[in-house]
Amino acid sequence: MSRPWPPECRLHIVTGKGGTGKTTAAAALALALAEGGGRVLLVEVEGRQGIAQLFDTAPLPYEERSIAIAPGGGEVFALAIDPEQALLEYLDMFYKLGRAGKALKKFGAIDFATTVAPGMRDVLLTGKACEAVRRTAADRPGAAFAYDAVVMDAPPTGRITRFLNVNTEVAGLARVGPVKNQAEAVMRVLTSPQTAVHLTTVLEDMPVQETLDGVEELHAAGLPVGAILVNMVRTAHLSIGKRAAVSTAAEKRVAALLRPYGIDTAETHALAVLGREHAERLSLEEVERRALDGAGRPVVELPLIAGGIDLGGLYELAAALSAAATGEAA
Amino acid sequence: MTVTPKRLDIDGLLTDPATSIVVCCGSGGVGKTTAAAALALRAAEQGRKVVVLTIDPARRLAQSLGLTELDNNPREVEGVQGPGRLFAMMLDMQRTFDEIVENHADPDRVEQILENPFYQSLSAGFSGTQEYMAMEKLGQLRRTGDETGSWDLIIVDTPPSRSALDFLDAPNRLGSFLDGRLIKVMMAPAKAGGGFALKVLASGFSIATMALNKLLGSGLLHDVQTFVGSLESMFGGFRQRAEETYRLLQAEGTAFLVVAAPEPDALREAAYFTERLAAESMPLAGLILNRVHPVTVPELSAEKALAAAEELDADSPDLRLAAGLLRLHAERVRLSARERRLADRFTASQPNVAVAEIPAQSGDIHDLDGLRLAGELLAGSN
Repeated sequence: MSRPWPPECRLHIVTGKGGTGKTTAAAALALALAEGGGRVLLVEVEGRQGIAQLFDTAPLPYEERSIAIAPGGGEVFALAIDPEQALLEYLDMFYKLGRAGKALKKFGAIDFATTVAPGMRDVLLTGKACEAVRRTAADRPGAAFAYDAVVMDAPPTGRITRFLNVNTEVAGLARVGPVKNQAEAVMRVLTSPQTAVHLTTVLEDMPVQETLDGVEELHAAGLPVGAILVNMVRTAHLSIGKRAAVSTAAEKRVAALLRPYGIDTAETHALAVLGREHAERLSLEEVERRALDGAGRPVVELPLIAGGIDLGGLYELAAALSAAATGEAA
Repeated sequence: MTVTPKRLDIDGLLTDPATSIVVCCGSGGVGKTTAAAALALRAAEQGRKVVVLTIDPARRLAQSLGLTELDNNPREVEGVQGPGRLFAMMLDMQRTFDEIVENHADPDRVEQILENPFYQSLSAGFSGTQEYMAMEKLGQLRRTGDETGSWDLIIVDTPPSRSALDFLDAPNRLGSFLDGRLIKVMMAPAKAGGGFALKVLASGFSIATMALNKLLGSGLLHDVQTFVGSLESMFGGFRQRAEETYRLLQAEGTAFLVVAAPEPDALREAAYFTERLAAESMPLAGLILNRVHPVTVPELSAEKALAAAEELDADSPDLRLAAGLLRLHAERVRLSARERRLADRFTASQPNVAVAEIPAQSGDIHDLDGLRLAGELLAGSN
């Protein structure tokens, strides 16, 4: 299997349909990338505080703070990017606007700029992530960059291409000026091999269809597609394709085997129904797997964590991701 | 101690002639669209004349409703069994926005607005445009229903927003944004005659303008001003429409159904939404808990099943099958217990919310039979 992302990749953008666990996948990927001493920044851009909820901490401020230690001594930092703060920071850094910056705020111009032109908000969000990618290390001897990798919990698959394609979105609005230049600089990072967009999905019809559409749209926009992360993959308890194994005859034989355990015929029948549903589910999942293979991208499967995601579950998913990254079987 | 929730009487709600609008809301990925379609079919088959407004249906679900093209108008669904009628439509956000402009702007300004890059950006990407347009369409459907009598029940699916609350806030946000101070000031030079206050305002404004020009490039601001200027005739309209929508949602005959999956995020959103509806005096009919995994052999504990599986697992197909089934059951028992805990937690915090459950299906719903079954399960008649 080909590697899920190129070795020079430092900006990992994780998207996915709602409900497929993209925040979980992004957090697990950050842990995996930090494994063995790395420093990784995990950013969120939708003001949802999903990372804080996942790591069970207080809401994240607009400030990079350590949130988890990775296996083998790496560290994951987290940041919730707020477009208004990012704009003010940007103004301060490049224009020293001072009074004019305050005036902008007072007149609701920032609200205006970030809401009327969503492309402008997006360029601020992606711009901040790109800044973190390029930031050089002052305090890390031997390292070229402040972070070895940046992982973004990005908007959902349906909006991702538009969100990342800031150049096109902004070009129609700002034809000249700093925002236009910024958009171009961001776009150079996003379309380079430094970036990979990973799509999270589950093995169901609609999310898979949306994933395939997403891959196509990203390709068309010249954005680099990384891996397809198949989340919440269930353990198969009956072999695939052996639906006939829960035939009426097999059910009778199983009933005889289970009777000594105090399980009666009606109960065995209920178990067999469960088994048939499971087998049907597995064969439907197989159809979705084949459809995903058609996208021609590496597929990484992440196990369903029974009992819900906690920190332990995240480490388990991180292990599956780092195994895939190094080309070992998970 | 766990509190048993009241059972949500779906049929009672759908067949009550006083019920005229049902809004299905909830966070993304919980099966809102499917629930809305299943409710609509059930209502039609029990004799109501129904229109269902879907936002972003799965391709096969859309096809099952005969929605093969996005034309922003309701189409009658074939194959309804029973006395009622069912119409279905998919929201075309851009088209709905364009129609508002066409119907409410000065005729000579329409082209100018539609071609302005800011209009295009706003109409396609403003976070909340879809929510606003869904509500706009709801108002239109209501008026059409009243005029033509084609339907007397509207079932609305809400956009797949990151939070269930977006849909309540968006119309207001768009309204207040367009009424915003910056926009007012931008239009002021054209309107006002002077006065000290305005001069102070204008000087502050020119600093802001300069900063914006510096940042965005001149030309852009000009586009904005043109856009805002040409929208002026529609301004009052936006605010007014947002308020009308709000009143429609509070009106007698409107019922909200919160859809959630038995998962922490979805139920947390559902709880927020429940509280928010109460605060806005909007009538919540109940919670639809979708994709619940029932235990089919309640007497067999997970531990006992796993112990038996351990003993049985051997090198014979029948033994392996028996062990496989027991493990499957044990997994189901644990999943179900977790779902039950989450649902109980919701009911403990929202004891007055009635609940209906839909058991998880092994495949996706993509035809009327599937919707009918989901409707039956919802109504508890299966």
